[in-house]
Amino acid sequence: MKTDTLIIGGGLMGCSTALQLAKRGARCVILDKDSPGRHASGVNAGGLRRLNRHPAEIPLSVASAEMWHDIESLVDNDCDTRFPGQIRVAENREDMQKLQERAALVRDLGYAHEEIIERDALYQLVPALTPNCEGALICRDDGYGRPFHALNAFRRKACSLGVECHSAARVDQIDRDRKEWRVITPKGEYRAPVLVNCAGAWAGPIAATLGEPVPLKAGAPMLMISERLPRFIEPVIGAASRKLSFKQMQNGTLLIGGAHMAELDFKQQLTEMNWAKLAVSARTVLALFPQLKDVRIVRTWAGIEAFMPDHLPVISRSSTSAHAYHAFGFSAHGFQMSPVVGKILSQLILDDQTELPIAPFDIRRFRKDR
Amino acid sequence: MSTAGPKAHYSLVIIGAGPAGLAAAAAAAGHGLDIALLDEQRAPGGQIYRAIESIPSERARLLGSEYRRGEDLVGAIRNSDVEYFPDTQIWSLNREREIGLVHGRSAAMISADQVVLAGGAIERPVPYAGWTLPGVMNAGAGQILLKAQGIVPANGVVLAGSGALLLLLAWQYMRAGVQIKALLDFTPMHNHLRALPYLPRALLARHYLLKGLQYKLDLKRAGITTLQNVSDLQADGKQRVESVSYRHRGQQHTIKTDLLLTHFGVIPHIQLSQAAGCRHYWDKSQQCWRPQVDEWGNSSVNGILIAGDGVGIGGARTAEHAGRLTALEAVRALGRVSQHERDRLARNDRKWMREEQHIRPFLEAFFHLPGKLLAAPADDTVVCRCEEVTAGAIRKAISEGHGDSNQVKFLTRCGMGPCQGRQCAESVTHIVARATGKSLPEVGLFRVRPPITPLTLEQLGSLFPDETE
Repeated sequence: MKTDTLIIGGGLMGCSTALQLAKRGARCVILDKDSPGRHASGVNAGGLRRLNRHPAEIPLSVASAEMWHDIESLVDNDCDTRFPGQIRVAENREDMQKLQERAALVRDLGYAHEEIIERDALYQLVPALTPNCEGALICRDDGYGRPFHALNAFRRKACSLGVECHSAARVDQIDRDRKEWRVITPKGEYRAPVLVNCAGAWAGPIAATLGEPVPLKAGAPMLMISERLPRFIEPVIGAASRKLSFKQMQNGTLLIGGAHMAELDFKQQLTEMNWAKLAVSARTVLALFPQLKDVRIVRTWAGIEAFMPDHLPVISRSSTSAHAYHAFGFSAHGFQMSPVVGKILSQLILDDQTELPIAPFDIRRFRKDR
Repeated sequence: MSTAGPKAHYSLVIIGAGPAGLAAAAAAAGHGLDIALLDEQRAPGGQIYRAIESIPSERARLLGSEYRRGEDLVGAIRNSDVEYFPDTQIWSLNREREIGLVHGRSAAMISADQVVLAGGAIERPVPYAGWTLPGVMNAGAGQILLKAQGIVPANGVVLAGSGALLLLLAWQYMRAGVQIKALLDFTPMHNHLRALPYLPRALLARHYLLKGLQYKLDLKRAGITTLQNVSDLQADGKQRVESVSYRHRGQQHTIKTDLLLTHFGVIPHIQLSQAAGCRHYWDKSQQCWRPQVDEWGNSSVNGILIAGDGVGIGGARTAEHAGRLTALEAVRALGRVSQHERDRLARNDRKWMREEQHIRPFLEAFFHLPGKLLAAPADDTVVCRCEEVTAGAIRKAISEGHGDSNQVKFLTRCGMGPCQGRQCAESVTHIVARATGKSLPEVGLFRVRPPITPLTLEQLGSLFPDETE
């Protein structure tokens, strides 16, 4: 079949890109090897966080936050978003020092979204926190959403504007003649002048096919969730010197992450929990909230996600072809960026330019001859 | 017998102390192996021989002669070198045979060279209007109370469903003097025809048929009639069940009761074999998912064997034979007997197991549940009890294009509660298959997300104390 743009990967980046293109009248088809949102996009922690982003990501993250705050106008659905703030707790003086330096750095870049709060303000916001913390870094209107719901909202909205989403369409072969790309899948052959690689952990071989291999590594960050509890905390909690992401979801369950990796059999797409690391995660939670010791963990899982060596994504034109684009490698912090990434790609494709600074995410940074 | 927790490693770990696990442990004992028998209950025997060591003899008589069989099975373990750990929940098992457990209140992670899963069966959850009301329970729960504590319904009971256990419980209650207000059999009439071709083979195991007929006759003599070919079960009540309604011979009936016990057959408890990554398949005849095993109980995962009803429903005696066979295979794999010796020791069990199976095709056809019962609960019927997800919500997700169990789970939270989908996984598969026209294997089962039984943060945090970020 023929279309204007072929998007490989039905995750959030792919659906968001398709939605932005469709809004501007372009036709596109999404090809997914399984079903949309089967991996990282559907099962991530759902953090909507600007707090503590890499400086290169801040402009994109800030633009994306604006889109999340008005997400209903984009996808006709609030994606279960909440914005009670995200907090990085300082447990001691050194932590506080570290956070103050961070706040200064963000200020110097000309942004005001991250601020230091002292002890009293911290305990007012998080009375359940263990005593004797020093203070925190806060981004007051950060928050979280529900990833699978968001994915569905993006996909559905895109489809309502004419996007076609083909599941079980694994990409077996890509080639190009003078006019267009030809992509062969078990579902048949697809042709389009423009190709977009949003294949997440599976994006590496596609980039390699285009002649621009990348050092992408697949990983599976683990998450665990508790039984439902009466609401006792609003903001999302992290810590200055610990691996932690901790929030009480809309339904009262606690979602606990910390970028600890599961054992991954990438070929089989199988993950196995690393209980030693989850034990560390549990100890981290109990260090900050000792009163939760009898709370029961009811589920753990890990979604398969693409990691780049510098933990920055690739958001880029192809360096080898004038008609191919990439957005992958978000290294476990892509959920928040998905609306703006779709917008950037649609601008690159339709206008050949974007107002956002994407040079740090250029695929050429991995070229051997640089 | 040990009061401390299990050691960090065993050559053989057997999970489940029902007929399969007990027989496996006894067969593996005496070969100089380090063996642990782990069981979630407080005392050995499984569901069928529950409380076998502590039951007063009068109550044991009530339960029938088959029940006493458990005494020898348990006795063999008590007099062996097997380390038996009751009160032990297994929350994780992986293909490296690492076993996450909670013994008493303490969590531990142990490992084994060979694992025999003998986790048995669970009662098939079938959602219908009112099934979540207090006062509605599984027949199995009724039996547990009877065996363990001698508790029987004081104000009478309505029994409903289909399957051998329903008949057995009715008979046991009758002997215990319980008032049976109604015995509603949901087995469709045409199942008689369906089962007929299997009758000749079943006659080779006619003691089972005769026992069933005897139970029926005894019930009839006691004035308890079974209503056959009943449909449209519904429990009604405000705070708890007050009445049960059903359809019989084209007529709607209602009966007042404060207790309804239902039973719709049993299915293998596969959460551990699923967690370990063992291959499973859909068995049309047993209407359930079963792990794939060879004749020795080897699953598709190296070093993990499965015996008893956890493989497929075969009953207590089959489970015993299978338990011994898997144990012999595990002992062989550990180098303690030769293949030749294993075959010699296994000869009788293999023969008897074949004989035991004569009755199964007949029973499976006779108690085959209609698709309408499994796949067509009304839209307002709750399917997932933990997250209170209705059949209607599931169908809505399907109509929005979510054509497999896991997508329905993501979208509706069905199966995301503390029971890990044990109560709703099968129903969701049936509902999705019926709504999409797909086959059950295509629709699939929920992926397992351990812990299989909940684990507190303190228990989890107590593991691997030397591990750091």
